[in-house]
Amino acid sequence: MSESQATAVYNATSSPPRPPVIQMLGIVKRFPGVLANDHADFEVLEGEIHALLGENGAGKSTLMNILAGLYRQDAGMILLRGKPVTFSSPRDAIQAGIGMVHQHFMLVPSQTVTENILLGLDEPRFLLRLSEFDRKVAEVSERFGLKVDPRAKVWQLSVGEQQRVEILKMLYRGAEILIMDEPTAVLAPQEIEGLFTTLRAMAAEGKTIIFISHKLQEVMAIADRVTVLRKGKVTASGVPARGMSRAELARLMVGRDVLFHLEKEAKTPGEVVLSVQDVYAENDKGLPALRGLSLEVRSGEIVGLAGVAGNGQRELSQVITGLRKCLKGQVWLSGELVSNKPVQFGIQRGLAYIPEDRHQVGSAPNLSITDNVIMKSYNKEPIAHGWMIDMTAATRFAEDLKEAYEIMAPTVRTPARLLSGGNLQRVILAREISGKPRLILAVQPTRGLDVGAIEGVQRLLLAQRAAGAAVLLISEELEELISLSDRIYVIYEGQIMGQVTDGNIEKIGLMMTGTPLSQIETGD
Amino acid sequence: MDPIIILQAGVASGTVLLFATIGELFAERAGVLNLGVEGMMLIGAMSAFSIASATGNPWLGLLVAMLAAGLISQIHALITITLQADQVVSGLSLTFLGTGISLVLGEGLSKAGTISLLPNFSIPLLAQIPLLGPIFFTNQSILVYAGYLLTPLAWYYINHTRPGAHLRAVGEHPAAADSLGVNVQGLRYFYVFVGGVLAGLAGATISLAISPGWFSELTTAGQGWIAVGLVIFAQWDPLRAAFGSYTFGALRRLILDIQGPTTLLGLRNPFYYNPYWGFFLQMLPYAFTIIVLVIGSREAVRKRLGAPAALGTPYIRGERGL
Ligand SMILES: Nc1ncnc2c1ncn2[C@@H]1O[C@H](COP(=O)(O)OP(=O)(O)O)[C@@H](O)[C@H]1O
Ligand SMILES: [Mg+2]
Repeated sequence: MSESQATAVYNATSSPPRPPVIQMLGIVKRFPGVLANDHADFEVLEGEIHALLGENGAGKSTLMNILAGLYRQDAGMILLRGKPVTFSSPRDAIQAGIGMVHQHFMLVPSQTVTENILLGLDEPRFLLRLSEFDRKVAEVSERFGLKVDPRAKVWQLSVGEQQRVEILKMLYRGAEILIMDEPTAVLAPQEIEGLFTTLRAMAAEGKTIIFISHKLQEVMAIADRVTVLRKGKVTASGVPARGMSRAELARLMVGRDVLFHLEKEAKTPGEVVLSVQDVYAENDKGLPALRGLSLEVRSGEIVGLAGVAGNGQRELSQVITGLRKCLKGQVWLSGELVSNKPVQFGIQRGLAYIPEDRHQVGSAPNLSITDNVIMKSYNKEPIAHGWMIDMTAATRFAEDLKEAYEIMAPTVRTPARLLSGGNLQRVILAREISGKPRLILAVQPTRGLDVGAIEGVQRLLLAQRAAGAAVLLISEELEELISLSDRIYVIYEGQIMGQVTDGNIEKIGLMMTGTPLSQIETGD
Repeated sequence: MDPIIILQAGVASGTVLLFATIGELFAERAGVLNLGVEGMMLIGAMSAFSIASATGNPWLGLLVAMLAAGLISQIHALITITLQADQVVSGLSLTFLGTGISLVLGEGLSKAGTISLLPNFSIPLLAQIPLLGPIFFTNQSILVYAGYLLTPLAWYYINHTRPGAHLRAVGEHPAAADSLGVNVQGLRYFYVFVGGVLAGLAGATISLAISPGWFSELTTAGQGWIAVGLVIFAQWDPLRAAFGSYTFGALRRLILDIQGPTTLLGLRNPFYYNPYWGFFLQMLPYAFTIIVLVIGSREAVRKRLGAPAALGTPYIRGERGL
């Protein structure tokens, strides 16, 4: 079916007649090798919550960075309340009342909330007079129900509080139009509810909100209208969010039908493969990152690890693989101690690692697909040939994997860096899974992939579970965790808060914000 | 060996370190590491002495020293801020350049004879305070008193003023500062200039006040490097920087003076009879500097000590994440 048809149908449902406050017309933005925005049109009405929906890489952030004055468009124009405007810096945009809260927060961690909010303003002129401005900040924060202590240093704040500071920063500058770039990505479910309440309150005060997301259910929960971007092009423009089904939105976003449910066969877990016992470790700054963490994964089960980013997930995966020192406690792999052993040691005992950073850690970007897939088997027959590498055997091995894992690339000599995210992830999975691992440690294996590629990766993990591997899946996507995992542990500040076997999202959310399961259960 | 006299001379000598350290501290708080301090100090010392002996006006010498070192610092600014080259490499080159220029232009200066120096005086009431009076407020150079003022001013400026908040933001999170309209590159140029001016002042303090004259590279004798080490030691805080500078100044004096007398506390003075002991003592400040620099070059340690987060990295707008 064609999209124009779809759009026509949705436009038939009438929306209240409000004037457009922003119109972006025919916006084109090119980056080296990428057309990030391809004649994108975007219109927002005064006082509405408008969602900008699209997969990762669709060009949402780019389009909004143009509106916020950070990037300049190559073609196209922007109308603000009907008048053409050009912003050459974020400052110009803010002065015109457009403020953006970025995906990665723009806060100075060592400064206080008030200092961050005052940054770049002309007032105060010279002396900071913080106590006076603390009060002003508190006033604004009160008015919009954004609770945060003006005197706290930003590094002391939770991610949710930092986000409030970002919003306050824009409100303090008198922003009338607030752009939120994937604001829920860093929040626990309860915090997301809080954010939505705030956004609704702000809209009720007459502010216009642009809400960027790639999550369908959120868009349907918060937005008045939706614009969908796909590969830089607008595929639906300002359709009312109510009355859209999830499947329809998904199709607009991805361009084809998407299956939401993966079949998972019943399976009784076998013996314990991975056992993490009372592990302590530090992060890069030398601060405690894991504080007595214990968990277990058995063969034939997928165990999820849920948690807000930065609660020790990275450090845990590095301790298990031997990339980080384990200060106390042990990690056992099928009965052998692997903590504080060379990385090779775990690999030889069947540890497969799908790292979070597939470009720098998971692959060598300038090497060919062949070189990337033989990284774990180059020293074994048949690829190893004494001291030499048998290139014919290596190529055959790579070609077999390319076929089996459906890696889309011209040849196996293609450098890894030229592959799309989904294909690169397949290369990594091919390398890791072809070694018949006992334990697969997958960190954010689907992050940044498009919906089709996500499905492929998830299928491969389920196939490994069926084949009897133990899978530890570390992810920030709750939906993915719930649909794939047999059990889910929740990590908070380097400790396990508890585990759920029924995918109870409310319990997971409470644990993600630091309430141990024992308390949740007695509290009921 | 009168301890009061050693401390008094130590404060004077520490003033040199203080200016250089606070200057480097400003540049580093803005995110720019400048290892050219030694070179800039030599430029300052040489031009101050040469102008003062040519015109007979030490004030003019002081002014020219500050401007000359400030100007040469802008080479480092251009290379690291605009051209975004490696700050360590560029800073080292600046030291070589500054040393070279001052040795060539300073050739023959040592024979220039005596010059009129910047004034020394005592502060009327403060000089009467027991112990502190004689050490800090009696017959010191005007530049020493200037150092007393600089320290709290620098501290107050960095922590309690709007431009100071901008300075900190630029060194900690330049993208955040930029997103709010703070001119990141402009401020970095400015604070590298401030660092140069203060290094020039430090050099002039030697050649016009503390140990007057021009003795080629021995004029500064590696104090620029000690200043770079002191910034780390001071954890980028002006008050700690002052403490470190005066302590080091006093130690330098003590090490020199301890080798003079034949007896020490009634005993045979080993530092007098065995020159190798003296050499060993003289080495200590530099050994300290090397250790601090080596430790401070580890990123994890630097972070733990509270280094500005963006120290050493050029800022490119729109790079990743935005
Ligand atoms: N600064 C940049 N330099 C080069 N390419 C970029 C830059 N920013 C974004 N891109 C590319 O533009 C495309 C759209 O990116 P983005 O707007 O971030 O997508 P979204 O926010 O929808 O996930 C992607 O292919 C991305 O790699
Ligand atoms: Mg984005």
